[in-house]
Amino acid sequence: MEYKISNRLRTGAIILMILGVLGVGYGFMDAYSVNEDNITEFLANEDHHGDEHATESHGEEHNVSAAHAEEGHADDAHGAEAEAEGHEMTHEEHVLHQLHNRPYAALYVAAFFFFMISLGVLAFYAIQYAAQAGWSPVLFRVMEGITSYVLPGGVLVLLIAFFADSHIFIWMDENVVAHDAIIQNKSGWLDKTWFMIRGLIFLGGWSAYRHFSRKFSVAQDLADVNDNSNFKKNFRISAAFLVFYIYTESIMSWDWIMSVDPHWFSTLFGWYVFASMFVSGITVIALITIFLKSKGLLPFVNDSHIHDLAKFMFGISIFWTYLWFSQFMLIWYANIPEEVTYFVTRIEDYNLPFFGMVALNFLFPLLLLMNSDYKRIPWFVVMTGVVILFGHYLDIFNMIMPATVGDRWFIGIPEIGSVLFFGGLFMLIVFTSLGKYPLLAKGNPFMKESEHFHY
Amino acid sequence: MEASKVIHAIYTDDDILMSAVKTVKAERYHIEEIYTPFPVHGLDKAMGLAPTRLAITAFLYGAVGLAVATVMMNYIMIQDWPQDIGGKPSFSFLENMPAFVPIMFELTVFFSAHLMVITFYMRSKIWPFKKAENPDPRTTDDHFLMEIAVHNNEESLTNLLKDTGAVEINIVNKDEDAH
Repeated sequence: MEYKISNRLRTGAIILMILGVLGVGYGFMDAYSVNEDNITEFLANEDHHGDEHATESHGEEHNVSAAHAEEGHADDAHGAEAEAEGHEMTHEEHVLHQLHNRPYAALYVAAFFFFMISLGVLAFYAIQYAAQAGWSPVLFRVMEGITSYVLPGGVLVLLIAFFADSHIFIWMDENVVAHDAIIQNKSGWLDKTWFMIRGLIFLGGWSAYRHFSRKFSVAQDLADVNDNSNFKKNFRISAAFLVFYIYTESIMSWDWIMSVDPHWFSTLFGWYVFASMFVSGITVIALITIFLKSKGLLPFVNDSHIHDLAKFMFGISIFWTYLWFSQFMLIWYANIPEEVTYFVTRIEDYNLPFFGMVALNFLFPLLLLMNSDYKRIPWFVVMTGVVILFGHYLDIFNMIMPATVGDRWFIGIPEIGSVLFFGGLFMLIVFTSLGKYPLLAKGNPFMKESEHFHY
Repeated sequence: MEASKVIHAIYTDDDILMSAVKTVKAERYHIEEIYTPFPVHGLDKAMGLAPTRLAITAFLYGAVGLAVATVMMNYIMIQDWPQDIGGKPSFSFLENMPAFVPIMFELTVFFSAHLMVITFYMRSKIWPFKKAENPDPRTTDDHFLMEIAVHNNEESLTNLLKDTGAVEINIVNKDEDAH
């Protein structure tokens, strides 16, 4: 079955990107409209705004402190005032940094989110080859389409990291490092040049695998019926890629995500990010498969294939929850200050997205996809898939935002604009790539088994 | 019992058995039971058996297990004997909940699995030391046996079964080898 990206889809994707650029641009302008000159005014307005909602007890507190100041000696009051002033200055700078970080962080979260979808699909695809799975070859071209975003998506993530610099990665700020013994101890690893080189090595390895596996997959279509050499090559490079991937994915997650909190670390962070990208990737495979099938382009995909994808969505959602909870509970229970601060910030300042994400990523898939029959109803899978994707966007949001914007987070124009931009780009690249070759990888030796796959 | 006389048709291949089941069902005979040495994929659907409701009980038992764990941990750790573990002297279940999650998870699985097995035993009417109902020991090795009740139609049924590829057809009086 041939597929060509329709004009409507292409136009839609481009419109999304334009809207996204406008949103991102507005985000930067809005953030930089506050600067050193008017930050005091900005904070005063904010306080005034806060006062309108002030509770009785808040007001009482003010009265008490005012009374206290009156009672105090003049000298003491003066000292306290000076101290307060000094504190105010650093507070202003701090807030200014957070405001300026926000559009960068919003862009980075969305860029990483769409990138990780395609990387998760690449890992899933390699597992299918390495396991010589018989059920999935009818979905290979869909997966290959999605993985075409690995290289452009990854390059964009690295570019944003490069230009955002200390707006996202505080350890890239030399002034901060100079006063921070912990980061100094890690400076052998947390070094901007070395960070970029590592990123390029990871991306190089991943896209090399993606390039060759696609090449062999297409070559297998044209090869003689008895010639499986391209399939065998794919089997070998997939096994090798999986070894490379599990190391580099782990290191990538320390570099690109965990290092935004350079004092904090978690030993299972790589797995945790992996679970997130794996479930998002499988969800997108299911969504695009259902979309193409609804257009009548995938007549060889039956509801058992959808059922199996939904089983993966269900299972990996629970796997994600297991890792999320393993990370949370040990740190919560041990209650060691330098570790627990990570979750204290999230529970105090990010309560809704932090716990809301667990509901979206765990409870929804658990309850919606538990019933075997629902796993083969397309609209049910689509509905759950949308919830899962939103939940995992929030997951990445919760990983990046607390370290960059603190409690000044909001899902507003910069965030939505970034999602629109990268979502549009993702659609444009993926669907263009889907149109390049027939949607059935007919040369795959397991194709017969896959077409007759029946649960 | 009315259906005291049954016919036993024996097959030696699961594919032949499957097509035989379809033929017999198409002729509108009622298949009492089929004994196989291994699970035959799709046999239950071909026989027209109703889908299992065991999965629903599994969910309900799991919910019971979760409830038991919640009530139990609340009673033990919060109500009856509050303990200060790791500097968390909380008298609130909700604030200590993360510590109980492993227990809640394990009891959910425990209840679900054990009660599901017991339910399965009860529904299948099997229990430890029960004498096997298997009519022919060869069905535990490499033969398949289809059991159909006879209602004064021995002749036509035998001919039909022969045509479907049965290697052996026996008419058995069920009362004689009764339990």
